[in-house]
Amino acid sequence: MWARILSLIVKELLALMRDPRGRMVLIAPPLIQLFVFTFAATLEVRNVDIAVVNLDQGRWGRELVARIEAAPTFDEVIMLSSVGEITEVIDRRRALAAIHIPQDFSRNIEAGRTADAQIVLDGRRANAAQILFGYVNRIVAGVGATARPAPALAEGVVRHWFNPNLVYRWFMVPALVAIITMLTAIVVTTLSVARERELGTFDQLLVSPLNQSEIMLGKVAPGFLIGAAQGTLFIALAVFAFGVPLLGSLPLLYLAMVFFLAAVLGVGLFISSISATQQQAIIGAFAFIAPAIMLSGFGAPVENMPEWLQAFTMINPLRHFLVIVHGVFLKDMPALEILRNIAPLVVIAGVTLPAAAWMFRARTQ
Amino acid sequence: MTGPRQLGWLGRIAALARKEAKQIRRDPSSAVIVLFLPLFLLFLFGYGISLDAASVRLGLVLEERGPEARGLAEAYLNAPDFDARLYSSRREAERALQANELRGFIVIPPDFSERLNARASWPAQIHVVTDGSQPNTAEIVANYSQGVLSVWSVQLARDRGFAAAPAISIEPRFWFNEDLRTRYNLVPGSIALVMTIIGTLLTALVVAREWERGTLEAVFATPVSAIELLASKLFPYFLLALATMAACVLAAIFLFGVPFRGSFLAILALTAAFLTPALGQGLLISSAAKNQFVASQLALFSGFLPAMLLSGFMFEIDSMPAPIRAITTLIPARYFVTGLQTVFLAGDVWEVLAPAILKMLALGAVLSFLAWRVTPKRIA
Repeated sequence: MWARILSLIVKELLALMRDPRGRMVLIAPPLIQLFVFTFAATLEVRNVDIAVVNLDQGRWGRELVARIEAAPTFDEVIMLSSVGEITEVIDRRRALAAIHIPQDFSRNIEAGRTADAQIVLDGRRANAAQILFGYVNRIVAGVGATARPAPALAEGVVRHWFNPNLVYRWFMVPALVAIITMLTAIVVTTLSVARERELGTFDQLLVSPLNQSEIMLGKVAPGFLIGAAQGTLFIALAVFAFGVPLLGSLPLLYLAMVFFLAAVLGVGLFISSISATQQQAIIGAFAFIAPAIMLSGFGAPVENMPEWLQAFTMINPLRHFLVIVHGVFLKDMPALEILRNIAPLVVIAGVTLPAAAWMFRARTQ
Repeated sequence: MTGPRQLGWLGRIAALARKEAKQIRRDPSSAVIVLFLPLFLLFLFGYGISLDAASVRLGLVLEERGPEARGLAEAYLNAPDFDARLYSSRREAERALQANELRGFIVIPPDFSERLNARASWPAQIHVVTDGSQPNTAEIVANYSQGVLSVWSVQLARDRGFAAAPAISIEPRFWFNEDLRTRYNLVPGSIALVMTIIGTLLTALVVAREWERGTLEAVFATPVSAIELLASKLFPYFLLALATMAACVLAAIFLFGVPFRGSFLAILALTAAFLTPALGQGLLISSAAKNQFVASQLALFSGFLPAMLLSGFMFEIDSMPAPIRAITTLIPARYFVTGLQTVFLAGDVWEVLAPAILKMLALGAVLSFLAWRVTPKRIA
């Protein structure tokens, strides 16, 4: 029996790898993506343009402008001569923000009053605008402290654990390891049954000495093997090429990966079994992939979602696996905690695999 | 009745487009793709992606319980941005941080009140520890904690009579999105993502299927030229994608309450311009791949993921390193995201929309040309 399954697995792998284009797409694009996306994803705001209207003749207006010009965040500081020009600069996206320093700015500071400045930010880029406002606020506070030094009663000393300099890459690379592994595994599996059905070769498999469970195993194995191989390559790259610290237990990471892949492959085989054509299968895979990525905590934290949606994310294997990947890489998460996050993966796999098997049987009878 | 023969190339295209439309109608999965899937995705994205940190889970450790320490703790417990809870020791909070139960914790050390009450030892310190494995949230935790602390300490200074008015206050005004709801930006961005799936992936699969099944050989036996073949394939999908877009825009306005300050004409122009490169890319992929597995992988990696990560939808393009900024200029979704955010939130600012439309059309021309070059007229 094992020899039969093995030969089926070899056949499935050959079907994927025989075509040089097929070999290529399993290796090159994921690697390119890993590098491009890792460097693309940054939360700092840099190289943005800012506009300034300085109507103040005094010293403090000049001081503020000088400090903004000296800040490394900005690419170009566009000097405007009137408040009316702000609309055009913001509307046309020539600057992310415009600062307005009013006429009485220095006079108010020197008279011991609070001087008011305004900043207009482009709400179309709300996230960057918010971060930029934080930077400008710090510059303004610096000018304020020079103008009127005031003792601070209390301060907070901030320490970022697990990633002291908040290197975004340390977050991004482990997340991409999980996501790209999932993408490959699911596409390989989803297409496996659908392709044979579309080409009409599935019937040949059914009349072979293989029984249904054996065929199913043969259909799931390539996605598992290729996914695990890609995952291994990416883990090695994360550590050796990107310098992401791997503090926790590698065996536990692999244990989690086995159940993660099992859960994902169950979904893949299920979709594959209900699809009559490859097109349906791929669209089905997308209907799983896109929400799985979006609702995993990768793009936006799960805590920010409404509660009913947070509950829904519990069935998303990627959500649990991301916690484990980040936990093992960066946080040296204790074994018990990792196991607690593996448990939902076991449950999900325990549902998707039998469901896929049932659907596979039902559709091949 | 005039047959395709009399009408020449236009008739041939129309006939093929009719055949394609029939094929789409016969396969019910396309109805699902065009209506159900985009709305399902938009629904999930609209609710699922929010960068407005509503309630960050924060731990609070009081190593002393003087009135000042308790007052500050109260300020954290009442802060709307935090879902704060007390931990009895630093050790316990550390474990919770490692176990992903907290995004950060604050320690008020034993000497806090003492230092606060002796001017010589100002500033009294508290410790803010964040979970750096989530850098975005860590930054938010650090900023919000400092904010709560500074509001509290300014108030305390005022109560004790040694506060001077601050020298400068700067008041932010977020145009187009006054309350800073990230959903307003993210929903138009999600539409671009959904349309990339529909435009590029679907086209890539459809044509790759023909190659795989060998049905193109039958077509090559007819007077149809390669360019006519491509045009007839694209047209029904172009219309389908427009229908999808209409559904997405309606959902954005009525379901998610995104303000719509531009015109439908501008949206239509943007969408039509975006579909040119999106469909062209799909065609190019399918003609180059000739099988659905390869085509789907390529569409995923060259269409969907860049539209998500390189379009400015999630990460600010200006802040990326120069070589990657150069790559983003080739991503049609980048211009579509900018255009949609402008039409929805700012209105018809043609100074932004026109360049976006032109760039998309130019990319479309290049991609279509490449697709035409790659598609052989005859079987070799």
